[in-house]
Amino acid sequence: MANSKALYQEVILDHNKKPRNYGKLTDASHHAVGHNPLCGDRISVALNFDQDCIDAVAFEGESCAICKASASMMTAAVKGKSLEEAEILTQQFLAMATGKLDLNAPNKIGRLVVFAGVCDLPTRVKCAILPWHTLHAAFNSVASISTEAEADPMYAPIGNA
Amino acid sequence: MSLSQTQFTLASSPVFDVERIRSDFPILQLKVEDKPLVYLDSAASSQMPQLVIDSLIRYQTMQHANIHRAVHYLSETATTEYEAARGKLKRFINAPEEREVIFTSGTTDAINLVMHGYGRQFIKAGDEIILTTLEHHSNIVPWQMLAEETGAKIRVAPVNDAGEVLIDDYEKLFNARTRFVGVIHVSNALGTINPVKQMIAFAHEHGVPVLVDGAQAVPHLAVDVQDLDCDFYVFSGHKLCGPTGIGVLYGKAALLEKMQPFKGGGDMILSVTFEKTTYNTIPQKFEAGTPAIAAAIGLGVAIDYLLAIGMDEIAVHEHDLLVYATEQITRMPGVHIIGTAANKAAVISFTVDGVHPHDIGTLLNEEGVAVRTGHHCAQPVMDRFHVPATSRASFAFYNTRNEVDALIAGIRTLQKVFA
Repeated sequence: MANSKALYQEVILDHNKKPRNYGKLTDASHHAVGHNPLCGDRISVALNFDQDCIDAVAFEGESCAICKASASMMTAAVKGKSLEEAEILTQQFLAMATGKLDLNAPNKIGRLVVFAGVCDLPTRVKCAILPWHTLHAAFNSVASISTEAEADPMYAPIGNA
Repeated sequence: MSLSQTQFTLASSPVFDVERIRSDFPILQLKVEDKPLVYLDSAASSQMPQLVIDSLIRYQTMQHANIHRAVHYLSETATTEYEAARGKLKRFINAPEEREVIFTSGTTDAINLVMHGYGRQFIKAGDEIILTTLEHHSNIVPWQMLAEETGAKIRVAPVNDAGEVLIDDYEKLFNARTRFVGVIHVSNALGTINPVKQMIAFAHEHGVPVLVDGAQAVPHLAVDVQDLDCDFYVFSGHKLCGPTGIGVLYGKAALLEKMQPFKGGGDMILSVTFEKTTYNTIPQKFEAGTPAIAAAIGLGVAIDYLLAIGMDEIAVHEHDLLVYATEQITRMPGVHIIGTAANKAAVISFTVDGVHPHDIGTLLNEEGVAVRTGHHCAQPVMDRFHVPATSRASFAFYNTRNEVDALIAGIRTLQKVFA
């Protein structure tokens, strides 16, 4: 069994305490709300594109430390990236969180590797990936349309992750 | 039930030997994360003593066949054992008659049976069903489904800040259209013991039948359905040291006889032609198909086991744990107990400042401590107390003060991690 203390390391605790890009984004072009009905975690992700690049991204919501830190580090990681780059990173993160990514092969994971251990805690995988599913849902949204009512982004397939 | 001081002092008497009791439960010897398992999640599902495990093996090894069907030795043995379990359950809740005890797959199944069998027949458009804020989703959703289907209305009795049903408000909900009351005996989320006897008496003054969800009550206090005078009483086996997949609906015979069957099939009929089917009498009318025979027998053995210890002794020991844990948690800075009813079962829902319940659950697991985190299938309770979720430690008679200490130490550790 995994040692979950390894997951609750400094960087995750720090992002939980002082989340980056936390708050609302005025005039967001893309927005989505992710909800984990099993634990009540709810997170919203909003972003704006400047031509092809993610110019601004923000998140807010009620969630556990794993989810909040994942969201915080996600926003930091995708800022300035193109939609395509962000989607590749999303796929790689989901693969890592579910234990399907070969970390020795070339990848874009970088600092996000602190979440690698979550794959050994099946009940917590969803916490780590909720922000990424929500980001993916936001990419496919328009202006003020929310996915909240219908599709639960938790279960929306992303690529082959 | 209220516990007097005299009863309370019994807890420390040598009569209740918790270490001997623990040795009856093989799973309690487990280690988790290299630490002794501290199982504080019995409100979700309790553990099974060896006696019950043995009874399941014995049944499958030497007694199994289908019941109420063949004349051969095994079928007769299985039928006798299954019906003997019904007799034990009748005595356990002091039901007047065995035929008033219906085996279901659990509490949820039992409530759905009443919704379909009673609700769909007797509750019409404009009629009102009274529930309380404390209900488990299993005593909300079936009634909502009925309300949607029939145009009936659900009205909810609120709770105060301690998590106690406001009885004046409950009584004010009654009017000429009130047709049914559903109330949880002991709140799974907060531990509140509701004054169901009083609530039932009031409903009966208005001619309204009452279903009591006893899933959290029967493991912790002696329940007498005749004393309560409830019309329906439902509970699950797996919270009573029995197997999953078995539960009980107690109903007054006069009501059960008026009700439509819930499920159609074998065993619930007297005769079948393509023109007309005549239903069996109760309890078989409500037990279509082959039931969970082994589970029912196992539950009977679990009840023998609990009664040998004594429900009053169990209540006293658990109350001691509740008082001990409450005192300690109340003193901890940054930790808040949700649900402080004067009359409580051994359930403590709590929050820790700055730490989400899921992180609490994961980090306590690191110390071998198993608690439930989440909304406890009681989202209206969470909404009432403005929390998305809580952590819940629930105690059974096999828990000890040392395990309470392990919980407290675990909370201190996680507070340090998140400091």
